[in-house]
Amino acid sequence: MTGEFTGAPRNVAVVACAQSDHRRRTDELSEVEMLMPVLHEVLERTGLTTADIGFTCSGSSDYLAGRAFSFTMALDGVGAWPPISESHVETDGAWALYEAWVKLLTGDADTALVYAYGKSSPGSVRDVLTRQLDPYYVAPLWPDSVALAALQAQALIDAGHTDEPALAAVAARSRDAADGNAHAQLPGARPQGEYVVRPLRTGDCPPIGDGAVAVVLAAGDRARALCPRPAWIRGMDHRVEAHSLGVRDLTESPSTRLAAERAGAFARPVDTAELHAPFTSQEVVLRKALRLDDSVLVNPSGGALAANPVMAAGLVRVAEAAGRIHRGASDRALAHATSGPCLQQNLVAVLEGEARA
Amino acid sequence: MPDALSAPMVVEFPFTRSLGPVQSAFLTGLRARTVLGVRTTAGRVLVPPVEYDPETAEEIRDLVEVAATGTVTTWAWNPAPRRGQPLDTPFAWVLVRLDGADTALLHALDAAGPDAVRTGLRVRVRWAAERTGAITDIACFEPCEEGPTDHQVTAHGGAFAGDAVTGIVAPARLDYTYTPGRAQTGYLAALAERRTVGERCPRCSKVYVPPRGACPTCGVATAEQVEVGPRGTVTTFCVVNIKAKNLEIEVPYVYAHIALDGADLALHGRIGGIPYDQVRMGLRVEPVWSEDGRHPDHYRPTGEPDADYDTYKELL
Repeated sequence: MTGEFTGAPRNVAVVACAQSDHRRRTDELSEVEMLMPVLHEVLERTGLTTADIGFTCSGSSDYLAGRAFSFTMALDGVGAWPPISESHVETDGAWALYEAWVKLLTGDADTALVYAYGKSSPGSVRDVLTRQLDPYYVAPLWPDSVALAALQAQALIDAGHTDEPALAAVAARSRDAADGNAHAQLPGARPQGEYVVRPLRTGDCPPIGDGAVAVVLAAGDRARALCPRPAWIRGMDHRVEAHSLGVRDLTESPSTRLAAERAGAFARPVDTAELHAPFTSQEVVLRKALRLDDSVLVNPSGGALAANPVMAAGLVRVAEAAGRIHRGASDRALAHATSGPCLQQNLVAVLEGEARA
Repeated sequence: MPDALSAPMVVEFPFTRSLGPVQSAFLTGLRARTVLGVRTTAGRVLVPPVEYDPETAEEIRDLVEVAATGTVTTWAWNPAPRRGQPLDTPFAWVLVRLDGADTALLHALDAAGPDAVRTGLRVRVRWAAERTGAITDIACFEPCEEGPTDHQVTAHGGAFAGDAVTGIVAPARLDYTYTPGRAQTGYLAALAERRTVGERCPRCSKVYVPPRGACPTCGVATAEQVEVGPRGTVTTFCVVNIKAKNLEIEVPYVYAHIALDGADLALHGRIGGIPYDQVRMGLRVEPVWSEDGRHPDHYRPTGEPDADYDTYKELL
């Protein structure tokens, strides 16, 4: 399993993806019951079994379901006997993908299973997410996720970067695009609705729901053997900004810009970008940070506005971008994931398919 | 298949946090109606203050006093306040740059309506009547008439009358509706009928109890329900000598792994009806159901001969 380290960089690709149908509630399913079909589907696509996988890494958060160490229960769905090499990140699964990518680059494994899941339905996700804020100055005020995004949206409006009709257009375009996505929770046109926290209306906010996603990574020739057109990871990087919102310029995302530079996103144009922008206003910030113009297809899946399973939605972006490369719909795609309030942490991956005959 | 069960679940915890020198001075200052910031080496004043420069990571301790008036740098109108938020009537969330500061503080603004709020609005602190040394000592901000001032910050030693605030207790409460899922719903429904059920793995044929819907060895879904017990065998045990808070059971008592007949995984339970020092591996036991409960209160000896070690050694 372990490749000899020669010093030459290895090429690692996403070779298979699967995700659940994202739904408002999944009361009849435990977390592992929701996740297991997705794990089975992604393994089936490659013909691999758990015993063939060199490294397993997952992302989730106990705060969503209110259960301690819930990822250990989810491991029941992987089949961890004989013992496997396994790790977990308490954040979006896109960061689990990063860990797995590094593991494969070092030659420690040739294949990896990466998965993420979130059940937001048991609690109130707007309140739950306040617990990730600065516990001294901010969390005692319980500012919910929509409120913080709304502060960012108003800053963008004041700076002249967008206005409410433009935000409504982002919402409409995303949900129209989701019409072609069988997994989406909110496909198709819907009214912008009332203000949730002004200037953000219902339509500017992501749906709350439950869902899971899994991808398989493979290095070099293993990738070619497992997938007719692997989505090669040309670069990946993640960056974080100061946690205090009042220190940051909320109209910019320097962490996204830097991650994209380090991931090689600006070396050549991309044709597709899957952006993890749960709020319409965040797409405005990300497009600017990533220098995306109208030649780039943004969120053909519908993005997080159409389905936002917390802790999985970022990895879903990678899966959607890779899926387009697998199908030949894209040659070079960018996938972005975020975590924390107002785009605090950002990850960018650049994926490419080889030239087709 | 019974309907999916659900029950309310509250997770509540008082997080006790200690403060460093800068946060301590800031929160002690709020108690005394004084707002402190910290100056970076480059000369910027950060409010609220932090102990390390967010740009250079340098340790910073240079406290300064800023004004209790400031300017809104961005805002968001909250028509439906949620539990725990600073005001229970509609209000604006605001980032406020206090006069003398270069960064903004997040808080609530008490205003008549969204039309009364704009970026650039002048505001001042409304102090809480009772202050304890917490960010909530600022009850909220309110609009004020005073125009922008060229506030000169003054150095501050960080000392105030009374003991310094060195920690905060931040109570947190989250409400959930717990739904145990398909497999555990079946298990709990059977317990209500004083039966114990597991699920058999279609691949390795092991029977798991309580069932969680997956075989942790094979990683496949389990679905075939199998009734196990009611009798079982103690596979291993320990003697508990420390009395748990709010538990009426007298110590010492025995806590054991019990392999119910037909199960391939031992579950835990308390052993009663026998002196603690006579419990042994291989002891045959049966459940004693609590009066109105939905689960066995404990297990007691059946009086059968002990099980042979070979019959349970794989379940240890």
